[in-house]
Amino acid sequence: MNFEFLFSNLPQLTIGGLAFGAIYALIALGYTMVYGVLQLINFAHSEVFMYGTFAMLWTVMALGGADAGGIKLVAILIAALFSAMAMSAIIALLLERVAYRPLIKKDAPRLIALISAIGASFVLAELMGLRDRIAGWFGLDDNLSEYVGKARINNSMAGVLDAPRWKIGNVTISSIDVLVIVAAVGMMILLDQFVRRSRLGKGIRATSQDPETAALMGVNPTRTIQLTFLIGGLMAGIAAFLYMLKIETTKFDVGFLLGVKAFTAAVLGGIGNLRGALLGGLVLGVAETWGSALFGTEWRHVVAFVLLVVILLFRPTGLLGESLGKARA
Amino acid sequence: MRRNKVFAAGAAALALGLSLTACGTTDDKDSGSSGGGGGDAACDLKLAFFGPETGPAAGLGKPIIQGAQLAVDQYNDDADCEVELVKYDSQGSPDEAPSLATEVAGDESIIGVVGPAFSGESAAAGPIFAEGGVPTITPSATNPTLADNGWDTFHRALGNDATQGPAAAKYIQDTLQAKGTFVIDDASEYGAGLAGIVEDTLGDTVVGTDTIQAGDTDFSATVTKVTDAKPDAVFFGGYYAEATILIGQLRNGGFDGTFVVADGVKDPAYLDAKDAAEGTIITCPCIPDTDPAVATFAADYEAEFGEAPGTYAAESFDAASIFLAGIADGIDNREDMLTFVNDYDEKGITKQLKFDDKGEPADVHVYAYTVKDGAIVPEGEIK
Repeated sequence: MNFEFLFSNLPQLTIGGLAFGAIYALIALGYTMVYGVLQLINFAHSEVFMYGTFAMLWTVMALGGADAGGIKLVAILIAALFSAMAMSAIIALLLERVAYRPLIKKDAPRLIALISAIGASFVLAELMGLRDRIAGWFGLDDNLSEYVGKARINNSMAGVLDAPRWKIGNVTISSIDVLVIVAAVGMMILLDQFVRRSRLGKGIRATSQDPETAALMGVNPTRTIQLTFLIGGLMAGIAAFLYMLKIETTKFDVGFLLGVKAFTAAVLGGIGNLRGALLGGLVLGVAETWGSALFGTEWRHVVAFVLLVVILLFRPTGLLGESLGKARA
Repeated sequence: MRRNKVFAAGAAALALGLSLTACGTTDDKDSGSSGGGGGDAACDLKLAFFGPETGPAAGLGKPIIQGAQLAVDQYNDDADCEVELVKYDSQGSPDEAPSLATEVAGDESIIGVVGPAFSGESAAAGPIFAEGGVPTITPSATNPTLADNGWDTFHRALGNDATQGPAAAKYIQDTLQAKGTFVIDDASEYGAGLAGIVEDTLGDTVVGTDTIQAGDTDFSATVTKVTDAKPDAVFFGGYYAEATILIGQLRNGGFDGTFVVADGVKDPAYLDAKDAAEGTIITCPCIPDTDPAVATFAADYEAEFGEAPGTYAAESFDAASIFLAGIADGIDNREDMLTFVNDYDEKGITKQLKFDDKGEPADVHVYAYTVKDGAIVPEGEIK
């Protein structure tokens, strides 16, 4: 155990951990919102995120981001942000329509919906991983080779953005890390206020507390569920955008590990709790980086899950408790 | 002698006929129609390529296939009896390998295998080839332990990782003259093995080590460890997928020394890292296509396939050439071919081709490549 290294590099490690934790937090929102309303773990949410990363990448490629600079690059990145959000939102809504609504209508047990989610996750990931074959059926694989060619390996947009870095003492701060953290916290505050104060947010909370009474009071449950998936999708799109700015590389199965971690973050903070998702994501990110520093990076995932178990031992409902409908949200 | 040969040919034809009737599934890859004249049976001999033709690693398989194809085509140009190269597409997967290997072993007309291409599939297919007595020469699988399984059919036409590691360490010490080196591995059999060898060879000049997990994308803790240790060079034992992301994050974190990697990163996809990849040193036991020794080969290859020979194309050409020399000598069965390969000692285009009793090459060369202006260019042999 290398305590000396950990303490002498604490600020640097913490920033790295917060930045990745913020991405966990934004993905965790999707899990937490859907769980809050439906008591259902939407395991396909990781693919919602993955499609967002590709939408971002393809937009940058199509608009020639590699050669752009200045204002044009900023415009391209904004377009990429919106396309990532749009793509993730569409996939999330599609999921709700195809994989959940028919089951909820038939009042199927939660376990069935869970299996449906896992199935949908595989289908979505493999559709992306086999996109070269799919394009081939339509004879488009040559025209689209730039987009579908590397179907099963890393797709990179490195070199598009040369973000400024600041050096304070022996700490190097990347402007992207700052952007990621600020954006995640900002989105979380906005969303929290939306759920607390707006009419639609009230509807979400009401459905979460008691779907039947809420329906009697004039809240349309189907619309509310759709809205929940939509918000989760939009947040995953933002997460995808920030992830691509930071890591610059994606792959058809990138969602799997990130999805597991984001779900862990949601449980850590208290599933169903928006603020819990933020706190859980940041705590998980920092714990992973500190753990990597202390024990070696190969222990990263072990540290994350040991932390989860320990926290759940003492606080079985997570750091801030489960509640979308109750007091805290 | 002549009588003997005719007899052997007749026996082979009989064996072929039996195997064709016995398992009718294996003949679909062959014309299988020349069972008439017994004396011509040696003409039905085939070599097999075993490795990825399609799938995620198809890019690595292509030069290997084409290198072997070129050797076979050149042999056929002035041979009375043509040899056929049959491709067994494993997609590079250890899961596919055993059933394909069984198929190869069942086809007695295949008297030599160029491959398997990767270490994982070699480990899976090796026992089946050994049992079937099928001589194999791999032009690309570098895991050292493959030679320790006691498969007498196993041969390797290039240096394994145990020879590549010391070469990489030597380069770091002598050419880069690095005072401190940070060693990272990806916990894979290939990467951890290689990094361990480099670490041992460098000894005291290793200023720190870390292990990442294949599939991870955030290396901020590793980057902090590197920038804290302030090394002149970072060695990474692993594949290009992680290397591409790692070097980007290292450069962003302020590391400005030399990034040294091995043949697992020698793939055009590594160039996706763009500017961050510039100056990376890649070691590889594969001969550069610009080396004078392979000039004729490179020209012929380009004439036939319209592109410069890729990684391991020349090694594959050598591997196929050994089998073809055996066939030219009149060998028409696996047993004789195995003896022939074991006793082989001739100059190939990449090196002196001779195998020790474990199937490892007696003569090994490791080369350094560097990334310059968005391309992987050879720098020369590490001596």
